[in-house]
This record gives sequence, structure tokens and C-alpha cells, in this order.
Amino acid sequence: MTTSSNFLSNLALAIILFPLLGCLIAGFFGKKIGQRGAHWVTTLMVGASFFLSIYLVKLVVFDNLTFNGAIYTWGSSGNFVFDVGFLIDRLSALMMLTVTFVSFLVHIYSIGYMKGDPGYQRFFSYISLFTFAMLMLVSANNFMQLYFGWEGVGLVSYLLIGFWYKKNSANEGGLKAFLINRVGDLGFILGIGAILAFFGSVDYATVFSQAPALAASNAMVNIYPHIHWSAITVICLLLFIGAMGKSAQMPLHVWLPESMEGPTPISALIHAATMVTAGVYMVARMSPLFELSPVSLSVILIIGGTSALFTGILALVQNDIKRVVAYSTLSQLGYMMAALGASAFSAGIFHLFTHACFKALLFLAAGSVIIGMHHEQDMRKMGNLRKYMPITYVTFLIGALALCAIPPFAGFYSKDTIIDAVHLSTVFGGTYAYYCVLIGTFVTALYTFRAFFMTFHTEERMDQHTRETIKESSAVVWIPLLVLAVPSIILGWVLEGPMLENLFGNAIYTASQYDTLSTIASDFHGSWAMMLHAVFTLPFWLAIAGVFCAWFAYVCRPQLPAVLAQRFSTLYTVLVHKYGFDEFNNWFFVKGGIRFANWLFRVGDIKILDDLMVNGSGRVVAWLSAAARKLQTGYLYHYVLAMVLGVLVFGVWYS
Amino acid sequence: MFQNLPLLSLEIWLPILGGIFALMTGDDRRAHTARMIALFTAIICLLLCVPLYLGYDNNSAAMQFTENQPWIAHYGIDYTLGVDGISLPLIMLTTLTTLVVVIASWRPIKTQVAQYMAAFLIMQGMMVGVFAALDAVLFYIFWEGMLIPMYLCIGMWGGANRNYASIKFFLYTFFGSALMLVALLYMRYYSGSFSILGYWTLKLSMTEQIWIFLAFLLAFAVKVPMFPFHTWLPDAHTEAPAGGSVVLAALMLKMGVYGFLRFSLPITPDASRMLDWVVITLSLIAIVYIALVAIGQKDMKRLIAYSSIAHMGFATLACFMIYLILNKTGSIQDAYLSLEGSMVQMISHAFSTGAMFFGVGILYERYASRMIDDFGGIVNSMPHFAAFFMLFCMANVGMPGTSGFVGEFMIILSAFKASPWIAFFAASTLVLAAAYTLWMYKRVFFGEVTHEYVNNFDDIKGSETAVMTILGVMVIALGVYPQPLLNMMHVTVGHLLTIANTTKLM
Repeated sequence: MTTSSNFLSNLALAIILFPLLGCLIAGFFGKKIGQRGAHWVTTLMVGASFFLSIYLVKLVVFDNLTFNGAIYTWGSSGNFVFDVGFLIDRLSALMMLTVTFVSFLVHIYSIGYMKGDPGYQRFFSYISLFTFAMLMLVSANNFMQLYFGWEGVGLVSYLLIGFWYKKNSANEGGLKAFLINRVGDLGFILGIGAILAFFGSVDYATVFSQAPALAASNAMVNIYPHIHWSAITVICLLLFIGAMGKSAQMPLHVWLPESMEGPTPISALIHAATMVTAGVYMVARMSPLFELSPVSLSVILIIGGTSALFTGILALVQNDIKRVVAYSTLSQLGYMMAALGASAFSAGIFHLFTHACFKALLFLAAGSVIIGMHHEQDMRKMGNLRKYMPITYVTFLIGALALCAIPPFAGFYSKDTIIDAVHLSTVFGGTYAYYCVLIGTFVTALYTFRAFFMTFHTEERMDQHTRETIKESSAVVWIPLLVLAVPSIILGWVLEGPMLENLFGNAIYTASQYDTLSTIASDFHGSWAMMLHAVFTLPFWLAIAGVFCAWFAYVCRPQLPAVLAQRFSTLYTVLVHKYGFDEFNNWFFVKGGIRFANWLFRVGDIKILDDLMVNGSGRVVAWLSAAARKLQTGYLYHYVLAMVLGVLVFGVWYS
Repeated sequence: MFQNLPLLSLEIWLPILGGIFALMTGDDRRAHTARMIALFTAIICLLLCVPLYLGYDNNSAAMQFTENQPWIAHYGIDYTLGVDGISLPLIMLTTLTTLVVVIASWRPIKTQVAQYMAAFLIMQGMMVGVFAALDAVLFYIFWEGMLIPMYLCIGMWGGANRNYASIKFFLYTFFGSALMLVALLYMRYYSGSFSILGYWTLKLSMTEQIWIFLAFLLAFAVKVPMFPFHTWLPDAHTEAPAGGSVVLAALMLKMGVYGFLRFSLPITPDASRMLDWVVITLSLIAIVYIALVAIGQKDMKRLIAYSSIAHMGFATLACFMIYLILNKTGSIQDAYLSLEGSMVQMISHAFSTGAMFFGVGILYERYASRMIDDFGGIVNSMPHFAAFFMLFCMANVGMPGTSGFVGEFMIILSAFKASPWIAFFAASTLVLAAAYTLWMYKRVFFGEVTHEYVNNFDDIKGSETAVMTILGVMVIALGVYPQPLLNMMHVTVGHLLTIANTTKLM
């Protein structure tokens, strides 16, 4: 047993370190090995990680091996020990597979997409570094390492959004992403602090095993004199704030659309398939904690549901093809969160997997369109691209159908399960979240097919030069599209059954009173039956209605959207302004913050401390010494007088 | 063979001797000789740290490498030296920093080279003296003595406003220490000797403790510097040459916290416990208020100086937060994290902030300005430098994997035990530090080249690369594997916690 678990840890170590090695080689020796060398070495390293991950999944899922242990002790202090170590179980192994799979394809795709970019080697170095950090995140067996990966992916995301550093909008987008993520991390690190305070350890296994006892003991956190909150709820809510930042949940979602300033492969890898799902992964991993706090489950459910619907609506008025996909990512993350709030952790992770495939597909297909259009992203200048880019067209359609939860595509299985689970959830806010995710299916189909029709159908609206030069992208671009299309079609069909039958084993814990998935599992009679049953369900028809509306409004009656926008101009304005989050943040936090900082500096440091206190005391000394100087007249009789007076006073005093 | 050498004395007097030799080379015609003397002295001092490190027994709380000679027997003043797990890392830091400063000033300093090098070597000796002295008078002499070379350094090689800054620096820190001298003399009156370790066991009433605590507090708060005694620091930093800024940030600020650990906590434990809220409040103000002030700065050095104050706020917070933790749990095991976090924070701050000051110095070399607005798009002409500076910015914002993370993480985590709100205010640095650091980075490095001359900037090379590499390696090594450093201090910190947790009242 020990040899096999040793083998498992070495295997995981190799999977994690290969991308780091690739990153270092491409980063430090990029000039020497050149562009070809850089993409070869990084792609091979990540490819090796991917194939080893397949083997790892085989060992973990089929041979039931697990590993939980330290690699080295990072630091210790008093009774507290911080290790760098791995927890390799079904959840982390499958996550590692997903991450390396998408990353591998994105590496290949980037060879085509980034061709000729002056920062070519830097780009490959960054995405390999990202893969390393993400793998550290999902394989961690303790909160310290989780935080390492968490911040690491945030750093690379910041660097990659600002990859084209000459573009001011890219730099601002990167900074915004970093700062808003840091707001979430503020909650996250406090959550870790609370965990250490109450459990005396940051090790998952220790924390999870003691969690029920803590919940039962009614330990309280003193928020304010006489206000006490349950410790477990405080821990969960703080951790969830971290997840809200990373997984872009309202109101911390504003950074994700801005992140589209980065290169498109990054949008696919980091801002759709992997990094943004870290929050979902974290909450699922912490299921033994969250299941003990119904309050936090409610909060997750409500925030997830809200994000699922309201960010989706925003996608309806976007004209930038990448932004549509970005808003749909926000909405899908909301679905995953809602699943977690409904205690359907496995379904949330399942949607994470299918979403990783079809959303990466959609982004990469959008990227292919962007290459074809010579870096034009405005859909109003596209149209009828199916004629020029058949492979991109078909694969985008597959991704779109998967996203809209049309059976039998992957998204159908995962999303339908989520909607059912939210429907069955009994915690507070369940009904609200149910309506959100339900209406969300219509909205999703509407904006997805709006983008699809505007891009690939309708009349050609590009200029003459572009029209003449559009062609299908090169093989390194479309091969990843085809590869991603396969799981986008079949993954749901394949995994739905195992997922309901405890695919994740002991990695995920569900308390019996919240166990929505077991009800769904008992009604499940195979993927075929579920697919056929779909025509009797509301979400299916809502999705079909969405597709139909999109077709009607953008293909049949192209003038209709403009009329509607005019008719409902208030609503339209609100949507175009994205509910005013950006305006408010800019006015209050950015401008207000800078003004406040300047005011503090002027009044606090300069006026009060420096002028009044420091230089003021200097002036007082100068004044006193000037006064004292007047006493030193230099006349002998003044001194004699003072002496005589002194002797007199002395004499009187002691007489 | 090294066990018989008076290593600590060598660490103190060798650089001072080297400094005198450097001075003897005279004017700038023999500048190269002065540089070589400085380099060799600094290297030997650093090498002497190896036997110190290897010979140091991690498992003993006693002072090690002790030297004891009667000095002025009539007044009970001895020449006593020794190190423990708190002072040894700081001594090693001092020698490394001086070496880096010598390398960094290889090319930039072209006038009065001998004097410049001598100033830093003598400062090094004095600072090691502060950390190694176990006799109060000896400590005080080094403590005040090191101000002189720094004062000269700012006054001679400083910027336009150097007179104001150097005098402000000198008067501020000098007056701060005056009361400390009174406290030291007062305790000598009762204990009969100037032995610092003797002070530790001295029984003191609460009133005495409070007065002594306040005297120390003033001295150390000015040195750290803590809000509201901090305004000398931005002035001193902006006017000081790059090397001066580095020594100031990396080493001199540490004296204040070292003072808390060496004097306040063990000598006045009851007063510290009673007045812990004073330091904690001031530290939190430093963390939040100073960070906000930093956002608005237009001068890079001033911005980094404010960031320094905020980061040192963590170190002082952690020193006194231990009482809140001890009051709650009563077990010193829970308080280790806080105190060791304070130590790590000090050392990590030395590397990241020191490196950032070097960075500004490198830019100043190319275009004599420290203003953010005078730069822009530097990554276009200096990509390697931009990459290094990004690393140090990341250390400054506490990115895991860099040294900046370790201390902050330890302190924020232990703060939650003390109070969730303290943890919250401390953790606000996650957002605020990122805001001022990365906003500065964005304006200075990213974007299109904003000024024509930026295109002509040469990327770093030679000694500049060497300095950046040394500091970069330290930042990452400490971030990835801080355990060796922590191991050095466990026993000492435990010993200190026991003393700090034991009442001196009858």
C-alpha cells in the first residue's frame, strides 16, 4: 500500500512540476531556444502532464488508490505546522485531468493564435506557469497550499490580461482583475485564519474530521460586543467571499468581462475553463464544512442564482463576440454555485467539467473567428461566416448547443441536473434560485444563438478587404476545436450516471437532510431515458424558445432588436450600463479612494503631523531659544543683578 | 577552528576597520582601491556568518558566541556580546545587505567613493553591534553611533532637500532615544550592572514598568517608525542615495522592532500586557492609514517609504498581539505564530523593499527623477528590469511563493485568534498594498513609452543584475522554504514568550 501511495505522490509531483519546468525553460532561455523551442518545450511538458493525468485518473478512479500526505514541511510555529502536500483523490485527480487537458489543447492552439507575437516565449512561459499554479491549487491537501495556488493563478491571470502591455485597456483590466480578486482573497485569508483559530490546523483532513464537533459545540465568533455568530458559518461565509472573487459572482463579477482584453487562448483556459472555476472547486472541496452551515448554503444559492440569471441577461446587449461568451461564463458559474448551494456538489463539479470543454470550445472557436476577421471582434461587422469557416462554424454550433442544454449535448445533462437539484433544495432561497436558473435557460439560449446567428448566418457586414481574405484557420487552431467538440457532445451522456452514483467517492460529503442528488439518482434510469424525458420538461422548451426567439429576431426580422431597444429604452440603458456596477465602482472606489488618499496625505501627514507637530515643535524651540538669547545681553551689570537676585531668593527660601 | 575566534567582535570591528582603511585611500583618484577594500570587507563579513550559522545551536535558548570583557568596571559597564535566535538572523541580514549595497554602488557613486564606502562599512559594524550587544551602554553607543554615518550619507550624497531631511532624521531619532537612556540608567540604579539580561530578571513595580515602557516605546516607535512618528522616514528616504535608502529600510527600521523584542517585552511584561492596545492601535493605523496615504504618492521613493511603514506596522502589531492571544488561550504555543511572523516580516521586508529602493535607484541613474509621471512604458526598453521589479512588487503585495507572503500570512492568521477585527484591518493590506504597488507599476512600467528618453534606457547589466539576482533569489528562497529561518528562532521565541508571559509583580 505504501509503495503504491508513494508512487501516486510521485506521479502527482511529476504532473505538477512538468509545466513549471516548461515555464522556467521558456521564461529564462526563451531567447536562446527561440519561438519554436519555446512552444515545443512547454507543449511537450504539459502534454506529458496530461497523459500522466490520464494514468492518474485510472489509478484513482478505477483502482481506488488515494494519497494524502506532505511533500515537505514549509514552516512550523508553535503547535502549527504548514506543509506542502497533496491530496490525490477522485475529485482532485479528475480536476487535474481537466486542467491539463484544456491547457494542453490551449498550448497547441496558441501556436497558431500567437504566431508572430513579439511576446511569444513569454506567453508560453506564462500559460505553463498558470498550469502549474492551477495544479497546485487542485492537488493541495491544506489551506496554505490552496492559497498558494489561488494567488498564483490570480497573478498569472493578471499578467496575461495585461499581456499586451502597450494597450492601456489591457493594463487596466489586469489591475482591476487583481484588485477585485484581492477583495475576495481578503475574505478567503480571514476564513483560513478562522480555521486555524478554531481547528489549530490548516490540514484538510484534520479540519474536516473536527468540523462536526465544532458545529455541535456551538462555538461562536464575537463579531461585536453582544453579537456572536456561529463559528462554522463565519468560516464558510469568509471562504465563500474568496470563491465569489475568483469565480466572479455578483457583485465581484466586474473583473471577468474586462479580462477579455487578454489574448483569446487565455480567455478560454483561465477565464472560462479553469481558474474561474477554482471557487466552485474550493466550495465543493469544503463540502464537509459548508454542509454544516445552512446559512452559508442559502447565501451561495441566492448569489449563485442571481449571478446565473442577471449576468446572462447582460450578454443580450453585448456586441463583442468574446464579451458575449464572457458573460455566459459568468452565468454558467452562477449555475455551478447554485448547484453547490443546493448541496448538489457533484452536479456543480460535473457542470464544471462539461463547461470546461464546451466553453473552451466556444472561446477557441470565437478566437478562430477573430483570427479570420483580422482581430475584429464586433459581431455587427461579421455575418455569414459559415461560408468561409466551416470547421469553426460546426464546432461553434456544437459548443452553443451544449451551452444551451439541448440534449444530448454535454451541457444538457449537467445543467438539467442542477436545475432539478435547485428545485429540490429545501434551504432558504431555494425557490428564488430555482426561478433564476429556470429563466436562465431561456436567456442562455437567446444570447448564445443571437451571437451564433449574427456571426455565422445573416448577411455579410464586413468590409471588402476582410471579405476577400477570410479563410478557415490553420490546423493547429482547428484540431483543438475538433478535439474539444468530442467531450462537448458526449461527456454528459457518459458521466451523468457515474456522477449520480458517487463518482467523487469520499471527496465530497453531503448531509442526508440536504441530499438533493440522491432523489435525482433514484429517478434516473440511464442517460437515454433522461434525454427522452427532456421533452416533457420546462427547461428544454425554454431553451428551444430561446433559440427560436434568437432566430426570429436576428434572422427573420433583423430590424426587431433595434425597435425593442427603443421601446424599452430604460431597460436597455440599464443593461448597456451593466446595472451600473462599473460606474459605481469607478466613482466610489477608484476616484473616491484616490481623492480620500490624497486628502489624508494633505491633511493628516502634511498639515497636522509635519507642519503642526514636527516643524511646529521646531518653531517652538526656535522661538524659545530666541527668547533665551535675549537674556544673554553681554552686559556685566545684568549678570551681577541676576546673581544678587538669585542669592537673595536662595537666602529667603532657606531662612 | 572558528569556535575560538571572537566572531561577533570580528563582525563588529572588521567592517569598522575596513571603513577606516577605505577612508585612508583618500580622494577619488584611488576610488577603485576603496571599492575593493569595501567589497573584500563585506565578503569576509558575510563569510564569517557561515561559522556563526553552523555553530549556532537551534536548541538552546541561551545567548551564544558570548564574549565578556570588563570595560569600565567602575560603573559596571562591560563589553558583553552574544546572539540568540532573534538577533542572529538580523546580523546575517545586516552583512548580506551591506554587501549588496557595496555592489550596487559600484558604478553609481562616482564622487567621494572612499567616504561613501566607509560610511556603509562603519554603519554595518555599528548595526551588528546593536544586535549583538548585551550591555546597555554598549548597546546605546552603537544605537546612537550608527546615526552619524547615516546622517552623513543623506547629507552628503542626498537629493535637493537633503539638509532638511538629514536634520529631521537625526533630531527625530536622537531625541527618541534620549528617554531610553534615562530608562536604562534608572534600571542600572537598581540592578547594579548594565547587563541587559540582568534587566530581564529585575523586579519592577507596575508604575516603574509603565514609565520604562513608555520611554522605550517612544524610542522604538520613532525608529520603526510607527504612526504618528513616521514623517521623518519619507523625507529621509526620498533624499537618501539608493544605498542609504536600502540600509534605512532593510536594517535601521528593524532596530525598533528588535528593541521591542529585546527590551519592552522581557523587561516590562506587565506594562506591555496592559498597554498592548496602544501599540496595536498605532500599528493598525499604520497598516490602513499609511497604505491609503501611499496610494496618492507621486514620488516612487516616497510611495515605497510609506509602504515600508505599513509593512513594519505588521511587525509591531505582531509583537504585541501576543498578549491578546495569551489572554484568550493562555498557551504560549498559540503565540509563536505571531512573534515569529513579526521576525519573518522584518527579514522579508528587508529584501523586497530594499530591492524596490534599488530599483528606483536604477531608474534614477538613467533619468534623474523619482517621479512616477516622468516614467512610463519602461518595460519596452528594460524588460529584464521590469521582470525583476515585478517580482519585488509581488513580494511587496504578499504573493505566496515570495518572502512577503510568509510574514503577512503568519500574522494575519494569528490575528484572527486575537480578534477577527484586527485580522480584518491587517488583511486590508491585501487590497491596499496591491492597489498602491501595482498602480505604480502600471504607470511606470506598462503602456506605451510616454517620454522620448525612456527609449534610450539601457536594460540592467553587470552589478545591477547581480544585485537584483541576489535579492530575487532571497525573496523566492524565503518564500518557498522559510522553515530553516523559523527553526533558528523557535527556541528563542519560546523563551521570550515565557518571559513576556510571566508577571514581574509580586
